[in-house]
Amino acid sequence: MTVRLVLSDCSNFKVRYQDEASLFENDVGRLALGAFLVLWFVGVPLVAGPYLLTLANLAGLAVIGATGLNLLTGYTGQITIGHGAFMGVGAYAGAILGARLHLPFWAAVPAAGLLTAGCGAVFGIPSLRLKGLYLAIATLAAQFILEYIFVHWDWLTRGTSGYVVPPAWLGPWRVAGERAFFWVISAAAVLTTVLSCNLLRTRVGRAFVAIRDNDRAAAAIGIPLFPYKLLAFSLSSFMVGVAGALYAYYLGVVVPDKFTLDLSIDYLAMGIVGGLGTVLGPIYGAVVITVLPEVLRAGSQALSGVFPGITNALIALREVVFGAVIIAFLLFEPEGLADRWRVVRAYFKTWPFAY
Amino acid sequence: MTIFLQLVVTGVAVGMVYALAALGFVVVYKASRVLNLAQGYFLALGAFGALLLAQLTRLPFALAVLGSLLGSLLLGLLVERLLLRPLIGKPVIAVIMVTVGLAAVLRGVILLRWGAGNFGFPQLLPESPLRAGPLIVSPVHLGALVISLLMLGVFVAFFRGTTLGVAMRAVADDQQAAQALGVSVPRVLGASWAIAAAVAATAGVVVGSINGLNADALSFIGLKVFPAVILGGLDSVPGAVVGGLAIGVLENLAGGYVDPLVGGGAKEVAPFLVLVLVLMVRPYGLFGTVEIERV
Repeated sequence: MTVRLVLSDCSNFKVRYQDEASLFENDVGRLALGAFLVLWFVGVPLVAGPYLLTLANLAGLAVIGATGLNLLTGYTGQITIGHGAFMGVGAYAGAILGARLHLPFWAAVPAAGLLTAGCGAVFGIPSLRLKGLYLAIATLAAQFILEYIFVHWDWLTRGTSGYVVPPAWLGPWRVAGERAFFWVISAAAVLTTVLSCNLLRTRVGRAFVAIRDNDRAAAAIGIPLFPYKLLAFSLSSFMVGVAGALYAYYLGVVVPDKFTLDLSIDYLAMGIVGGLGTVLGPIYGAVVITVLPEVLRAGSQALSGVFPGITNALIALREVVFGAVIIAFLLFEPEGLADRWRVVRAYFKTWPFAY
Repeated sequence: MTIFLQLVVTGVAVGMVYALAALGFVVVYKASRVLNLAQGYFLALGAFGALLLAQLTRLPFALAVLGSLLGSLLLGLLVERLLLRPLIGKPVIAVIMVTVGLAAVLRGVILLRWGAGNFGFPQLLPESPLRAGPLIVSPVHLGALVISLLMLGVFVAFFRGTTLGVAMRAVADDQQAAQALGVSVPRVLGASWAIAAAVAATAGVVVGSINGLNADALSFIGLKVFPAVILGGLDSVPGAVVGGLAIGVLENLAGGYVDPLVGGGAKEVAPFLVLVLVLMVRPYGLFGTVEIERV
C-alpha cells in the first residue's frame, strides 16, 4: 500500500468505485484524524484539568446524543422534539439495570440503549401516518408523557428522589473520576460517529436520505417507508439512550428534572448549529451548545466589576444568547458550522484561485 | 354530580383561554403553515407587558391592557418581518426552530426583567364567589369567560366583515389564487402574526388575572395549545375553539378525578395523552382538512 501525501487532488475525479466509497480523499485526512485521536485520548487527559475534562465529558455525551438526533432528523427528515426524554429513558434504564438487576457497566449501557431503542420505536409508530409538523407534535407529546412517567411512576423510577447508580467497573478497572470517564465517553462518541458515518454509506443510509428528500418518490422506487422510519427512530434512540446511560453512570444519580423539554431543544439546537445532515455537524454543534453557557459564565464574571448583578442575570442571559444563536444560524448560516468548515477548506484548497 | 358540574364549569372558563391561545396559533398556521412554538411566550409577554405598563405609567388597568395588546400587535408584525419572512420556502425544521429560538429569547427577556417569581394584577373583580344553585363560580372565571367570548366575537366579525379579514381567509384557502386576485400575501402573513400575538396577549392577561403571573406557568399554556389544535384540526378556527374548550374541561376532570388516584400530575399529562390518541386515530382532528396522499 502506498501512502499518498497529496494535500488535495486537482480535481474531483474518481477512477474506481472504491474511491467513490472511501471516507478520505487521500491519506492526509487519514493521518490528520489519527493524529487528532492520539492527541485527544493521550494528550488531553494529561494536560487538561478537571474543569476542562468535565466540559469535554459533557460535550462528548452531547455528541453521542446529537449524532443520534442527526440520524433521525438530519438524514431521515423526521423531526423530533422528544430526544431529551429519550435520553432520560436511557439514563433510567441504565440506572435500573445497574442498581436493581446488578448488571455490570459494560452490559447495562448497551442494554439501556436497546431499551431506549424499543421505546423510540413505540413513539415512532405514529410516523406511519404522520409526517412533518404532525410528527414533531407527536414527539412533543412523547416528551411530556415520558416526563410524567419519570416523575410519577414511583415503582419504576422512584419519582423525584431518583436513583443512585452503582459505580462502573470495566473488568478490574473502576471507572471513576473525570479522567476515566473521559476515555469511556470519548470512545463511545468516536464509536457512534463512526457507526453513523458508515451506516450512511450503506443501503440503509441511502434509504434514509431518500425518505428525507422525497418520501413518496422513495416509496415509489421500492423503499418500504415504515420499517425504515422505525429503524431510524430506534437507531437514533439507541444512541441517545447510550448517552443517557453513560450520563447516569457519570453523574452517579438519575433525577427526572434533567430530561425536560429544554434538553430536547438543546439537542435540536446542536443539530441546527452544527449542520443537520452532515457527519461532523453534531460534533461542532454539541461542542458549541455545551461550551456556550460556560463562555457566558466566564464573560459575566469578567464583567461583574463593571455591571454588578450581571451574574444573577446569567440564566436569563443564557436564554437570550441561546435563542439568538439559533435564530442567527437559521437566518445567516442555515447549513451550520459543518458547511462553513467545508467552504473554508475549499477556499484554501484552490487558493489563490477562486475555483 | 355537583363536583362534576363544578369541574366542568371551571374547565370551560380555563378552556376559553386555551381556545384564545389556540386561535392565534391556528391563524398563523392557516396563513403560512408555521408551527409557532413561541405562542406561550406571546401570552406571557402580553400579561407582563400589561403589568409593566400599569406600574410604570399608573394608567388605569384597562388602558394598560390595551397598550400591551398594541405592543403585542407590533411584536407580531416585527417577528413576521424579521424572522419568518426570510425563511419562506425553507425546510419545516428551520421554521420550527426559529420559533423555538424566538421563544428562548422572549423567555430570557422576561426572566431578565421579572425573574421566575410570581406577580399579580391589581384586583378588579370582587373576590366573593357567585352562587348559581349548588355551583360556585368565582367572578374572575366569569370575567375570563366574558372577555374570551368578546374576543371571539371580535374575531368572527373581523374575518367576516373587514377587507383584511376576507383577504386572510382567501390566502388561507389558496395562496396563489389570492395573489392572482391582488391580495398582498406578505401583508396577510404579517397580519396573521400580529393577530396571533394580540390574541395570545389577551389570553395571557386573562390567565394572569385568574392564576397570577408566572413566566413558566403562562408559557406552558403555549404548549397546551397543541392538544387543543390537534383535537380540533390544525387548520380550523372553530376547531381551535372546540378543542380548547374540550382540553380545558378534560384537564380539569382529570385533575379532579384521576389526580387523587395516581398522586398528581394527571392534569398536566392528560391533554398530551389525548393528543397522541387523536394523532393515531384521526390526525387531521375533528374539523381539519383531510390531506390525502397516494403513492
